[in-house]
Amino acid sequence: MEESQSSRKPKTLRAAGVKRGEAVRFFFDGRPIDAYRGESVATALRAAGILVLRRSPRIDAPRGSFCWMGLCQECTVVADGVRRPACRLEVAEGMVIASGTVP
Amino acid sequence: MSEADLIVVGGGPAGVEAAIEAARHGLAVTLMDEAPEAGGQVYRATPRAFSGELVRKADPIGVGLRDRLRESRAITLFDHIVWSVSPGFRVDALSPEGPVSRKAPAVIAASGAQERVVPFPGWTRPEVVGLAAATIMLKSQGILPGQLTLLAGQGPLLLAVAIGILKAGGRVAAIIDLASRSEWLADWPALASRPDLALRGFLWQAKLRNAGVPILYRHAIRLVEEVAEGQVQVTVGPVAANGAALDDIDRIFQVDAVAVGNGLTASTDITRLLRATHHFEALRGGWVPTLDAEYRSSVPGLYVAGDGAGLAGAAAAACDGRLAGLVAARDLGALSQQAYETAAAPLRRSAARARRFGTAMARLMALRPAQVEAIPPETVLCRCEDVTRADITAAAAEGARTLNQLKAWTRCGMGPCQGRICGDVIGAALAAEGCSREQAGYFTGRTPFRPLPLDQLAGTVAYADLKLPPPAPL
Repeated sequence: MEESQSSRKPKTLRAAGVKRGEAVRFFFDGRPIDAYRGESVATALRAAGILVLRRSPRIDAPRGSFCWMGLCQECTVVADGVRRPACRLEVAEGMVIASGTVP
Repeated sequence: MSEADLIVVGGGPAGVEAAIEAARHGLAVTLMDEAPEAGGQVYRATPRAFSGELVRKADPIGVGLRDRLRESRAITLFDHIVWSVSPGFRVDALSPEGPVSRKAPAVIAASGAQERVVPFPGWTRPEVVGLAAATIMLKSQGILPGQLTLLAGQGPLLLAVAIGILKAGGRVAAIIDLASRSEWLADWPALASRPDLALRGFLWQAKLRNAGVPILYRHAIRLVEEVAEGQVQVTVGPVAANGAALDDIDRIFQVDAVAVGNGLTASTDITRLLRATHHFEALRGGWVPTLDAEYRSSVPGLYVAGDGAGLAGAAAAACDGRLAGLVAARDLGALSQQAYETAAAPLRRSAARARRFGTAMARLMALRPAQVEAIPPETVLCRCEDVTRADITAAAAEGARTLNQLKAWTRCGMGPCQGRICGDVIGAALAAEGCSREQAGYFTGRTPFRPLPLDQLAGTVAYADLKLPPPAPL
């Protein structure tokens, strides 16, 4: 399942020539996501082709990471039970992330 | 008793230079920032877990800034999210270990700028990110916004991001620039004041031409729609010099990412919270704190340096930061007037030079009169609360005259971003209903500056620890 997801993308979004940290695996809505230490949750999810992180409160529209500097709060997810902006949260082994903003 | 003479809030070029300078002259300085390392957004460090070699070459100014800060006697508190500054001054922050509070008789606010995006239908789609966001992805995370990215908006970031994407091995569908080619050239005298940067601009343009990236001047995005999962169709059309949409042939692009930015606005959380005097200056990033010639706000002891005092760019921010640090050192008695003058004079000249270039860039980034008027009524302006342009129009028709009234009427600016993303555009949208930006005012500053988990702020409290007031007499 994850294989078919990644093979759908012809190329990785990760730039070549950047030496990343060690490989880690975390979970987004139960799905395992491979990432590298130093990456934010927003980066790792985008690289995995996952853009929708929550729905907006009134019109229920899909939303994802937008400002990447912790201002807009659009990328808020629930990380190990705590609401956090995904762009300001570094990935860690075994971390459990849920989409949406309700812990 | 204060633990510090001076607290600097913000670890970008202005804050770091201010802290180094004030500490050099003997002040006990504490610098606080929410990032793990100094640099701000413009010189943002790559994560420590990434190998540093690539970065050292790519960002020598940021590396130098961080090295000099480490050598200085200033105390640094990184990973500290400042959420309040109260009079006197007390600065409250949330650190990974819990709540932290520091006191000092003087504060330098160096909170920088935030990106403005002029909304269009579809700008809330997850495929659309800020131009500044794209910079962070490329420079700090080493990731492309998409396989094929369309860049749109106004200002120098357009070219910088396009080059960054090509370098990282990505593709750029087109650059959609609100400015005309002649507007870029009109600023030639100012650009010539920084020949290094001007030359870089020319090399960038040549590189984009070679890569076959089309640049559509005097154009803007009309609409972004989803066509398949992760794929959007972007409709682009010509605009007039004032930003109004022209009725002419539209062009269509299909991409998996759009990065859009319409310049920056000053970040004024601290000065607004402390009720310092502000005024509106469109060319310097909207509502900015009113300062004297020595970086003092109307609140005694509160200084402001960098883009948060009005946009002038990173080079000017560094000079202004050093000067503000010197002023604070003199005001607090660590530096004689004569020593201050000797140290400040050459810095003032560099600051003036740097400001000329920064101001020319700020002009390209300024909001144009009809840009906001061109936004269709059904477009969401406030992303947090899904408030549309039509909602703003309706509230204005019912009598809302200021941004604070608009907030009560529609909830715009009431969500988790506290109006940081939409505030300037909402102000322009209200002004378009028939008032001035001065009359419309700005959202009143409130704490917390960032949404924070209350349980982490409160720490662990036992019921027995609570001081209960004596019961009221019957």
